[in-house]
Amino acid sequence: MAGNIWIVAEAWRGQVSEITFELLALGREVAGQAGAPLEAVLLGSNARELAQKLGAADTVLYADNAALADPVPENFATALAQLIKEKQPAAVLVPLTNLSVDVGVMLAAQLNVPFLNYCKDLKAEGGNLTATCVLYGGKMEATVTASAKPAIIGILPGARSVDQGRSDKAATIADVAVTLAAPKVHFKRYLESEAGDVDITQKDFLVAVGRGIQTKDNLDLAEDLAATLGGAVCGSRPVIDQGWLGLSRQVGKSGMNVKPKLYVTLGISGAPEHVEGMKSAQCIIAVNTDAAAPIFNVAHYGVVGDALEVAPALTEKIKARKG
Amino acid sequence: MDILVLMKVVPDVVEELEVGSDGKSLDTSFLRTIINERDDHALEQALLLKDKHGGKVTLLTLDAPDIDDVLFTALAKGADRAVKICGVESVQSTQTAVKLFGETIAKTPGLLPVDLILTGVSAIDDLDGLMAAPIAQQLGWPYSGVVTQVALADKTATVIKEFAGGVRGEYEVPTPAVLGIQAAEKPPRYVPVAKVRAAMKSMTIESVDAPAVEAATTVAVQQMAKPQVTGHAEMLEGSPEEVADKICELLAKRGLI
Repeated sequence: MAGNIWIVAEAWRGQVSEITFELLALGREVAGQAGAPLEAVLLGSNARELAQKLGAADTVLYADNAALADPVPENFATALAQLIKEKQPAAVLVPLTNLSVDVGVMLAAQLNVPFLNYCKDLKAEGGNLTATCVLYGGKMEATVTASAKPAIIGILPGARSVDQGRSDKAATIADVAVTLAAPKVHFKRYLESEAGDVDITQKDFLVAVGRGIQTKDNLDLAEDLAATLGGAVCGSRPVIDQGWLGLSRQVGKSGMNVKPKLYVTLGISGAPEHVEGMKSAQCIIAVNTDAAAPIFNVAHYGVVGDALEVAPALTEKIKARKG
Repeated sequence: MDILVLMKVVPDVVEELEVGSDGKSLDTSFLRTIINERDDHALEQALLLKDKHGGKVTLLTLDAPDIDDVLFTALAKGADRAVKICGVESVQSTQTAVKLFGETIAKTPGLLPVDLILTGVSAIDDLDGLMAAPIAQQLGWPYSGVVTQVALADKTATVIKEFAGGVRGEYEVPTPAVLGIQAAEKPPRYVPVAKVRAAMKSMTIESVDAPAVEAATTVAVQQMAKPQVTGHAEMLEGSPEEVADKICELLAKRGLI
């Protein structure tokens, strides 16, 4: 395969994001199959010390530019486009996070190539890249060949483990220069997480509600169960969008990552964006009317049934047992 | 203050999805479609801005079975004009959809100028791209995605974009601009069936012929299949009381209650 394999390192507010290491692990496998070097591209301002953490790559291409201090996707996309034109990589792996997805889609648009989306696995085979992409909210997977040069590929969180992509090896850093004009879109400020009544990341017991809860009033059933367990209620995107729960209770891509001892889902289908935030829970019990819901692929125990019936029954049984 | 909303329908994943006989796409024979949820939020955000600033909201979509219901519902909610791009078979490539939308926007009289183009930031069938950024690139307009709030003043949209962990960012975007909407500031409004029926009687949906565009070819689906599951939940069966008993046993065994 002509050209190197690149991963776009994501650094945010002074930290390398965990997904960067997941991409390094996946990129290392693909580079091995392609017989090509693995390069990490880190764009930032005064971020050299972060580049040193990317030793799993053969080389870290590091661009230091004041215009890359704030999360302005246009600047990052333009910088990457310049580097791609100069160095002609075969594939560019981009983290599918809220922070980086705009960089990926703007980069692909600038280069007039597709942005291959929702990729959970990638292989280099016989000079081609073959991706496995998750579609229809996790209900189907497509095996896809990407022949664009370069292939810009959005990688879902969790494609590989973070530990696989960490390395004690000192990174070989190559400084690269980019030229950036004033962007069209201006970053003004961060709005910090809204202070919630509870911090769901600190709870051992969480009852998570999704679209299947049907109405706001039915939240009471989840609240009762959570109170009986000594935990809190959280939710997936549709419940937050409806305004039934505040942003501080959202689990998943835009919300919190939680790792409770017990995570009970009521009427949550298990879209990848939600699973991303709860898959590390120690025990997951899912209740959903759809036997084919993807949530049953990550849950430890499952019930095909109506959450509105199971939740109160469970609350009563636990109360009885606790006395 | 005029807004163009780009919408499409996607398979309703509440229904069981099956792979078609070609092994590469969905079986569409019994497929139920619904408006892409994020596009519904884009429509709602456009209507909220219209409520505040006045102006016109125009809908542009690709023809599809049941699309008229989607468009009349949107008109009943308060949109002013609906246009569908006709003469296209089911478009499974977002790259191709981008070309169809882009060409139509450029060539159809009266669709431009607008202050904003809003569309859903993503859809569950967006395999080879997302709509908003390449449309912005074609028009030479600014783009911002994962947007959950939009305020307009003096040729500038102040938008809030979601990051992770509940942290968000505020940006200033000069208009005209293309925004990829993650969620509207309020849930999509409900509209009674009677109002939809009234819209069907009093309003019309315009049709435009699809422009000739080259199909996207650099992403080729070799196979589509239901996910091969590496792990699956141990399923608990019985009445709600019976499964509740079983869950209690499990929790007690794990020392959780």
